[in-house]
Amino acid sequence: MSITDFLTDLFNPNLAFLPKALAIAVMSSIVCGVVGCYVVLRGMAFIGDAVAHAVFPGIAVAFVLQGSLVLGGAVAGVATALLIAIFSQNRRVKEDSIIGVFLVGAFALGIVIISQAPGYAGSLQQFLFGSITGIPDRDLYVVGGAGLVILGLVLALHKEFVAVCLDREMSRSMGLPVFWLDIVLYVLVTLAVVISLQTIGNILVLALLITPAAAARLLTDRLGVMMLLAPVIGGSAAVVGLYLSWSYDTPVGGTIVLIATAVFLAAWLLAPRHGLLARRWRRRAGQGDGSRPSSLSDPSSRQEASPVTR
Amino acid sequence: MDQLEVDLGGRPVLRDINLRLDRGELVGLLGPNGAGKTTLLRAILALTGIRAGRVLVGGKPSRPGRCEIGYVPQRHEFTWDFPISVEQAVLSGRTGRMGLFRRPGVADWRAVGAALDRVQLTELRRRPVGELSGGQRQRVLVARALALAPRILLLDEPFTGLDMPTQELLGDLFTSLAGAEHAVLMTTHDLVAAVDTCSRLVLLNGRIIADGHPADLQDAALWTTTFGVSDTSPLLKLVKAI
Repeated sequence: MSITDFLTDLFNPNLAFLPKALAIAVMSSIVCGVVGCYVVLRGMAFIGDAVAHAVFPGIAVAFVLQGSLVLGGAVAGVATALLIAIFSQNRRVKEDSIIGVFLVGAFALGIVIISQAPGYAGSLQQFLFGSITGIPDRDLYVVGGAGLVILGLVLALHKEFVAVCLDREMSRSMGLPVFWLDIVLYVLVTLAVVISLQTIGNILVLALLITPAAAARLLTDRLGVMMLLAPVIGGSAAVVGLYLSWSYDTPVGGTIVLIATAVFLAAWLLAPRHGLLARRWRRRAGQGDGSRPSSLSDPSSRQEASPVTR
Repeated sequence: MDQLEVDLGGRPVLRDINLRLDRGELVGLLGPNGAGKTTLLRAILALTGIRAGRVLVGGKPSRPGRCEIGYVPQRHEFTWDFPISVEQAVLSGRTGRMGLFRRPGVADWRAVGAALDRVQLTELRRRPVGELSGGQRQRVLVARALALAPRILLLDEPFTGLDMPTQELLGDLFTSLAGAEHAVLMTTHDLVAAVDTCSRLVLLNGRIIADGHPADLQDAALWTTTFGVSDTSPLLKLVKAI
């Protein structure tokens, strides 16, 4: 299908669900891209995974009670995030084990709950893999509103998040409420996940959080640039993914994630400084003028001896 | 510090600590692993609960978030692969002081500039922290602490893993900071550097075993008690040599 056909379909009143799906996919990818930067930099991908699974029982309850899926998922996800934050204060069991316990526990609860609803098999597939049909107008506003709140909080608390991420001990000594900042960050991750569930689905939502941010990290050494690049990559993957999914009748969540993965692989190969090809090329160029040192054997200790650096 | 006692996990770690730090002093805190050196620093920062006694900074009890103390943790506490420049890493030291929801202002950037100048990192200020050498990283952490313009500087193992020229450079920096009216307390395992740079040494092992000018700590018994080593330990030869 050509792009003009896609645009015609987008504005076709009989296909009103298509622009809605596109709007939700793009908004949630942007929010996930920004929040995902913290997730990637703090190495808390596993928490993202846990939260993604933890929203499942909430969605199941909402489904059984015919309530709002977004709201149900948010409640369950936030509750699990809080439990993880509280339980991991006890250093006897490591955080990843705690996350593991709650991740599968919550998912199991969701499966048991949803099995009580008649005819759950079809909806189960929708939760797990996402779909672009059947989005109520209300969800559009919920996702947009939640997205703005999340981005606003990120903007407001950015320097605190960075400080905690850099050095927890120092942050404590500065009097920052490290525990509460962790909770806020967990809740932000949860909300970003919840608003993305509709189109991407429960299993694949982690990709929206991690992949664009990881690709952006490969492309830059500056946090500000990374936090702009990640949502751009995520948003573009959503647009291109939805277009391809619509053209070739492939599952929308899977297609969007495959596009994002392709961007990540391209960044890994082609990134200007950290990419595989750039490194190869530098090594080859270095062989001529007496081998450029790798970062490990950087002779900066020599600069160290002189009082004026470089 | 007055009659300070600290327990960790129900075990007594520090007992009967009486220590006074004055401006202009560079005090080396020596002791074996597990002697409570880091715990003592954390107690001064009020990051760990105190069983008894008190810690006063400028006459007032210590609590987190007061700007009188600059803390330089061990280098591995910092996330060096974070995509952030040297000057932003130093600026992060002022996060607590700026307050929630505030952006850094002129005063913050001025303090960062002064701190970078002090540790001679001004030329590298836009460099990502991941590309720095060990000694440069240590100086970033010192600058981050200095960005608060503290009266007291607490350094945890600043010399560990650094070569001699780098240690010497840092030692000079610490001496000049003490000369500039800071009170500096550093833990270290590096005897040579400690004796060379410090104006006072404190030997710690659960309690304070000795406290005095390096030249006054020649008695071998002090060192064998502190470190629990035998009379023939190379440590003693080292002490005699310096």
